[in-house]
Amino acid sequence: MAELQLRSVEKTYGNGYKAVHGIDLDVEEGEFMVLVGPSGCAKSTTLRMIAGLETITGGEVRIGDTVVNDLVPGKRGIAMVFQNYALYPHMKVTKNLSFGLRLKGVAKPRIAAATDEVSGILEIEQLLDRLPKQLSGGQAQRVALGRALIKSPDVFLFDEPLSNLDAKLRASMRVRITDLHKRLRDEGRPATVVYVTHDQVEAMTMGDRICVMKDGRIMQVADPQTLYARPANAFVAGFIGMPEMNLVDAVLTRDGGVPQLTVAGQTVAVRDGLAGRITAADGPVRLGIRPQHLDVVDPDAADAFTGEITTTEFLGHEVNLHVRLGGEPLVAVTPADDTTTALGRGDRVGLKPRGAKVHLFAPGDEGENISLGTH
Amino acid sequence: MVDATDMVPATAASREPATMLAPKKKRPSRAGAIVRYGLLIVVGLVMIYPLLWLIGASFKTNQEIFSTPWFWPQNPTFQGYIDGWQTSTPYTFGRFFFNSLCIVVPKVIGTAVSSTLVAYGFARFDFPGKKLLFGVLIATLLLPDVVTRIPQYLLFRELGWLDTFLPLFVPQWFAWEAFFVFMLIQFLRAIPREMEEAARVDGANTMQTLIFIVVPMLKPAIISVCLFQFMWTMNDFLGPLIYISSVENYPISLALRLAIDTTEAFNWNEILAMTVLALTPSLVVFFIAQKYFIEGIATGGVKG
Repeated sequence: MAELQLRSVEKTYGNGYKAVHGIDLDVEEGEFMVLVGPSGCAKSTTLRMIAGLETITGGEVRIGDTVVNDLVPGKRGIAMVFQNYALYPHMKVTKNLSFGLRLKGVAKPRIAAATDEVSGILEIEQLLDRLPKQLSGGQAQRVALGRALIKSPDVFLFDEPLSNLDAKLRASMRVRITDLHKRLRDEGRPATVVYVTHDQVEAMTMGDRICVMKDGRIMQVADPQTLYARPANAFVAGFIGMPEMNLVDAVLTRDGGVPQLTVAGQTVAVRDGLAGRITAADGPVRLGIRPQHLDVVDPDAADAFTGEITTTEFLGHEVNLHVRLGGEPLVAVTPADDTTTALGRGDRVGLKPRGAKVHLFAPGDEGENISLGTH
Repeated sequence: MVDATDMVPATAASREPATMLAPKKKRPSRAGAIVRYGLLIVVGLVMIYPLLWLIGASFKTNQEIFSTPWFWPQNPTFQGYIDGWQTSTPYTFGRFFFNSLCIVVPKVIGTAVSSTLVAYGFARFDFPGKKLLFGVLIATLLLPDVVTRIPQYLLFRELGWLDTFLPLFVPQWFAWEAFFVFMLIQFLRAIPREMEEAARVDGANTMQTLIFIVVPMLKPAIISVCLFQFMWTMNDFLGPLIYISSVENYPISLALRLAIDTTEAFNWNEILAMTVLALTPSLVVFFIAQKYFIEGIATGGVKG
């Protein structure tokens, strides 16, 4: 096991298109790092550069003490799990698992022992004599996992391994993979993992730390709690969280130290929890507030925006209220009770932001968070 | 867009007319099927009759062959086979079979190996001038065979290869047949690269990836290539005619002509008997490998 370092890693394709713009990333030994971002953000390209399946056109990738830029994938001490499993279709599961070891010329008894151990861990003993086409999706993904595990690599690379599975199976495989990671850590052979996904639920539930990417750049690297509570910029804020954080254009003013936010002509004072955190001067900002942090109050109540409901979504335990505030759409999540369930299209409603949970960002899609305080 | 009428729920009422229509519809379609299959059977028989006649005639006497168009022999005899096998030369037909084998085996193996290597290169690697080279490769598909015959003959004469089997199979060791390379490339394009990437991550080098991963997946296409090459070579007449001059080196295709040339009155029963023998290897090999053959052609052609 070893740490993984990316230093100003770049990828420029032959046609001049620059996919990755100088990425710096440190993955500690035994850490579960998730690369997440919308499609086309170059997270898979970054992973494939670590694996050696794509050439690195600038910068340096280091595994342990070795710069691996010019090493072939087989010499980098990595193992990879692919999205579509990529099992060798003509080999039985046993042979699929042991292919790498056989190439290395490992002695047969050792291969057999390793196969036994891995198939025990992943509960695939009864599948060993099958061909990949006789496996279900979940079974195939377990075999693919086994094929990585059997090599005891320094770094595990996962390329959207669960996206071909149905929702239920995905949830159970998620738990299985994190369990396996913890188990290896407890056994004193921690596994360094880089896991690529576009699914923020996977990212939040599995990662020790999460690296959010956009257009070949890193937006923020942090643990899930920090990412959720203290997003570095508007993009991260909007990407993490369900439903998405509300991001609306606003104007910030101060009235005797109390921040005032004007959205679509309505000015609301945010009395507690925000004033001390703001690190920018008055002016246009983007207001970020999670739907869970907007309290539903009476229309025209003090320190609350008032808008008109366009849609309600009843989810059982809670209700999503879609509210239009002038031209700005806002979503509020509120517990389902008699009052909120009775609300319908056209009703006026007040939305009061919780001061401690309000984020302010500089204008623009990737506007930086100006409400993190100065530590 | 789905037509609104398609979305009418299948209640009992809405199903009823369909069930009433069904028998009415079925009757003409059954008659149609009888006509269709009847026609197909008749055409099929017309097509296969010459072959049946050939096999039947090989068991007839020389006199009987032209006295009746019916294929079934009245007094079946093996005399055609016995005399034909002996030939009018110092060699038996076995010798010619052996000669054919000496050409076919290296040619088929060489074609399969070299075409796979070249196709792998074109399908999976980027190198300078790839587009141009691929264009040239495809262009050779359009080049008539005859055009290259004379320069090739001169080349092999300079090498001193005339009257040997070498000119007949050595070119195929260098992926000479662009058609096979193209077919394998198309097949490879339909195979996802992840398996090969997984193999590289597992530590396989390029050749190991080719041998352990790509070739097994390409198997149906490679078998098709082998079959094509086998049948074409068995049937090739012009190649041996140009390069092989002594009778002891004749393959089957030339040996069959030999019988026609040297006898004053053609012993048709002998010629036909040997023709049947000459056909047998191709037919046997085809039926054994039919499954892969069709799989290879279908996948190579449809996808890609």
